[in-house]
Amino acid sequence: MIDAKKIREQFPILDQKINNYPLVYFDNGATTQKPLRVIEAISLFYKTSNANIHRGVHTLSRVATDLFEQARRTVAAHFNVKNEQQIIFTAGTTDGINLVAQGLSKSHLQKGDEIIIAEYEHHSNILPWQMWASENQGKLKVIPLKEDQSLDYEALENLITPKTKLIAVTQVSNTLGVLTDLEKVTAIARRHLIPVMVDGAQSAPHMPVDLEKLNADFFVCSAHKIYGPTGVGVLYLSEKWLKNLPESKPGGGTIKTVTFEKTEYADGALRFEPGTPDIAGVIGFAEAIRFVNEIGMKTIFEYEHELVQYAQNLLKQIPEIIIYGVSDHKAGVISFNVKGQHPFDIGTLLDKYGIAVRTGHHCTQPLMQHLNIDGTVRISFAVYNTKEEIDFFLEKLKKVITMLS
Amino acid sequence: MTIEEQEKEITAEFEFFGDDWEAKYEHLIDLGKSLPKIKPELKTEDRIIKGCQSTVWLGAELIDGKIVYTADSDAIITKGMVALIIRVLSGQKPEDIVKANLSFVDKIGLKEHLSPTRANGLVSMINQMKKEALVKMQGN
Repeated sequence: MIDAKKIREQFPILDQKINNYPLVYFDNGATTQKPLRVIEAISLFYKTSNANIHRGVHTLSRVATDLFEQARRTVAAHFNVKNEQQIIFTAGTTDGINLVAQGLSKSHLQKGDEIIIAEYEHHSNILPWQMWASENQGKLKVIPLKEDQSLDYEALENLITPKTKLIAVTQVSNTLGVLTDLEKVTAIARRHLIPVMVDGAQSAPHMPVDLEKLNADFFVCSAHKIYGPTGVGVLYLSEKWLKNLPESKPGGGTIKTVTFEKTEYADGALRFEPGTPDIAGVIGFAEAIRFVNEIGMKTIFEYEHELVQYAQNLLKQIPEIIIYGVSDHKAGVISFNVKGQHPFDIGTLLDKYGIAVRTGHHCTQPLMQHLNIDGTVRISFAVYNTKEEIDFFLEKLKKVITMLS
Repeated sequence: MTIEEQEKEITAEFEFFGDDWEAKYEHLIDLGKSLPKIKPELKTEDRIIKGCQSTVWLGAELIDGKIVYTADSDAIITKGMVALIIRVLSGQKPEDIVKANLSFVDKIGLKEHLSPTRANGLVSMINQMKKEALVKMQGN
């Protein structure tokens, strides 16, 4: 059971008025708000333990290194990863995907190879592959959507050729909230010995993710969508790729020995973490992980699912509303339009009532082209949202529709 | 009317709404709906000013030394803003248009729509209007 009131008390930002109305924050898919304990963990680090890590012999450097490496273990345990070296701290999901793309392009991908993605990918999981393909006469192939905007897994099988070298899919569509059936994807991929990369930016915040069970080759997500700070993310590498993925961002801290002639790189995660990382951010992220684990990812999933069902049922009662992503397997997100109205107008007027929603193409222009629309209004939930907020949102949405028509 | 007089008139018109933002936005929506249609031959790909979310089409013609602007948008609130800006700048001399600072938008409490988030394309539209004016000035 979720005590939303108690949870809300931990988020200072929620207790404010926007345009004279209590803030209703339904843009959690873009970024979640941060609980006080995360903000304080970051502040405490700078107040008491700040030093650079993995280098110094002095006490503060050791304390900072311990905190940073403890955070790695916290994140590894959260995703059920036995060897914490498989957890690499990045600047975010986009950074993680680029690390994979650049690493693979150095060894695994050959001229003319093919990469498969899904039709509802975020631009971040299209552009790096498209760039590689355009520079290497490669091909980007797309798993199409079915009528209910879930993926057509049968079509996936037909897209595979001997040149297919990677399947890179999102676990949850950021625009539609629709869940990818990763068991199906990985089963097909294994049969053809194709590596799988999972974009977990929108799944990790909403549901339990067991990376051992998932058995993907690569998994990426962002801290800031899981109640943690911006600028921090995770790249998980399978044991095989931890050894075999070429480093693509050389720099300080990634090495064993350096001469002007050649460099021997470090083993493990450090090989992929050049320069000084966002130490305080990583420590804040570990605190965010402790926050969600005290509630429980399964509890969070069930609670948010209930919010999605509740809001979706009420939205369906408004005749002008069109909901996208009608599949029942959804997490945290509802995308919709109002017939004859532009999402920008809806979002602008809702903001006047203190309601924060996202409008536009949500960095999924190819999906918009498939749906033949310019954009949608997206509401996305977090553990601190309530049914009362949904009621208020619906009341004001009806008012906005009247104003516009 | 000069640009300044137009701005004054609009400011007075909006003062009437006071703090009632709902009435103000209803008025803006009405203005958007009543914006005269852009000539179909001016609503072309190359005249699109693309915001991140809403799109604006801008037409500019030089008639008797003055620029007549016509425009359209797919979002009605943007269109309302477009209507206000056109009311101020259309039918003015190019040299006056280039100098216009459009401070009335701040005075009537709609400044947020000119924030540089590029969400609605309005800032780009104003830049484009001034550019057209500059081109026509130099053409003379």
